[in-house]
Amino acid sequence: MSSLIDRRPGLRVGLLLTPPMLWLGVAYLGALAALLMTSLWTQDDFTGLIERTWTLENFQELFTVEVYRTITVRTIGIAALVTVIDAVLAFPIALYMAKIASPRTQRLLVIAVLMPLWASYLVKAYAWRGMFAADGPIAWIAAPFGIDSPGYGLPATTITLAYLWLPYMILPIFAGLERVPDSLFEASADLGGRSLLTLRRVVLPMAFPAIVAGSIFTFSLTMGDYIAVRIVGGTSQLLGNVVFDNSGAANNLPFAAAVATVPIVVMLAYLAAARRTGALENL
Amino acid sequence: MTMSRGLRAALTAFTVLVLVGIYVPLLLVLVNSFNIDNTFGWPPPGLTLHWWQLALQSVGAREALLTSPKVAALATLAALAFWTLAAMGLRRTRFYGRHVVSLLIILPIALPGIVTGLAFQNGFRTILGVPLSLWTIVIAHATFCIVTVFNNVQARFQRLGGGFEQASMDLGAGRWTTFRLVTFPMLRSALLAGALLSFGLSFDEIVVTTFTASSHDQTLPLWIFQNLFRPNQAPIVNVVAAFLMILSAIPIYIAQRLSGGTAESMTGAR
Repeated sequence: MSSLIDRRPGLRVGLLLTPPMLWLGVAYLGALAALLMTSLWTQDDFTGLIERTWTLENFQELFTVEVYRTITVRTIGIAALVTVIDAVLAFPIALYMAKIASPRTQRLLVIAVLMPLWASYLVKAYAWRGMFAADGPIAWIAAPFGIDSPGYGLPATTITLAYLWLPYMILPIFAGLERVPDSLFEASADLGGRSLLTLRRVVLPMAFPAIVAGSIFTFSLTMGDYIAVRIVGGTSQLLGNVVFDNSGAANNLPFAAAVATVPIVVMLAYLAAARRTGALENL
Repeated sequence: MTMSRGLRAALTAFTVLVLVGIYVPLLLVLVNSFNIDNTFGWPPPGLTLHWWQLALQSVGAREALLTSPKVAALATLAALAFWTLAAMGLRRTRFYGRHVVSLLIILPIALPGIVTGLAFQNGFRTILGVPLSLWTIVIAHATFCIVTVFNNVQARFQRLGGGFEQASMDLGAGRWTTFRLVTFPMLRSALLAGALLSFGLSFDEIVVTTFTASSHDQTLPLWIFQNLFRPNQAPIVNVVAAFLMILSAIPIYIAQRLSGGTAESMTGAR
């Protein structure tokens, strides 16, 4: 046995890869394929049973009903906004961590940034529910200035989501910037580049794949979220809510499956675009 | 490094500001768990331990606190076994379709949790006719835990290369002996870190869990979410949230001891 494996490295790789690939390739991909199939089926309105007849009904509904179009555009918009906010917040911090902080401060900052990653997702969303509560801290700070707290709604959802995913953006950028050698900064300075010019022309292009890598998380996580929007979004809906509301036992699973194909298509397009920047090696 | 003083100061100030922004909401949860006002008016009119007492007596919360670690432990074990094999198989080998396999591995994290969750629910219930249970949660969780285990093991392989193993085999050790005495010790801390992260990820997960849990398997996040909107339960939920936050210091401490502070072992993002 052992000698056979020694002579045939392909066999060894095959043996190692078979169990994980059965799981991913057969079980996971199979489930995804079945989801796509289900989206082409329909549900009997009276019995609630799924009828396995092929139809494009669900997609027709998805594309023609105004409210689903609005929700789709809104979800993609918020995902993009959250990604931009996180990139803008994360880049300076990552730069500070990677290039200014002393090794000791750097260690502390890595912990400080990672710590909230371990705090439960729900706890963090819940924390913002407290922040935005009618008589919560934000209203309390804003009141003396005569400003009303935005309360629960889409702005609160955007802020909460940006907060939730921020560490996912900071860490890849930090890792990317750590790999930029200091000598490049010196070379740029020697050639007359001022700090900001160096940042824009040298550091930013080198950090770009890392930013894209981080954006895969922020974008994808927002595309599928329906919990945070329930907690701080008031009555607002995102795509995830439509999927969730239709997936319950008494509802319309084929339609939920059709709606779920939207984030799949958007993310595959996003991944294809990200691949071209070399970001996938930064994951 | 050359950077103007103004830029340094601006970056420092910005970092401090964002860190404050990160921690203020978390502190609020902690403070509110003692807030006498059960609608969490700010500033708190008074402090009390009453909610902590009530939370200790909550049967639902206590049961959920037992279910979550069980799911997380099982999912972690499965993830460790399967995704370590994947990392070993993909190591130093070039074969046709390798990049397809690589894409397959990032798919469970790149796709939103709701897609993974719905796909599994639909697969189990509609296609296979399997009722949802603790095991369906475990299977779904182990799938997305691929990020943490695979990435940690792969990063370790990349860093250490194959020299030690080649030396071991040159000296006459067989494949199994080499694995036992060289490869495994080399991977041990990466595996521990991966396990820790998987456990944390699974313990905390709610989206995929919602779709793959039956009505009587309630993990802690499911319990929190279910009770979040009930006004009379709100203070208890807040206590559980505060408790979870304190609890999260444990894995951070362990990860620190393991890694000495490098980000590699503490995050799935690499």
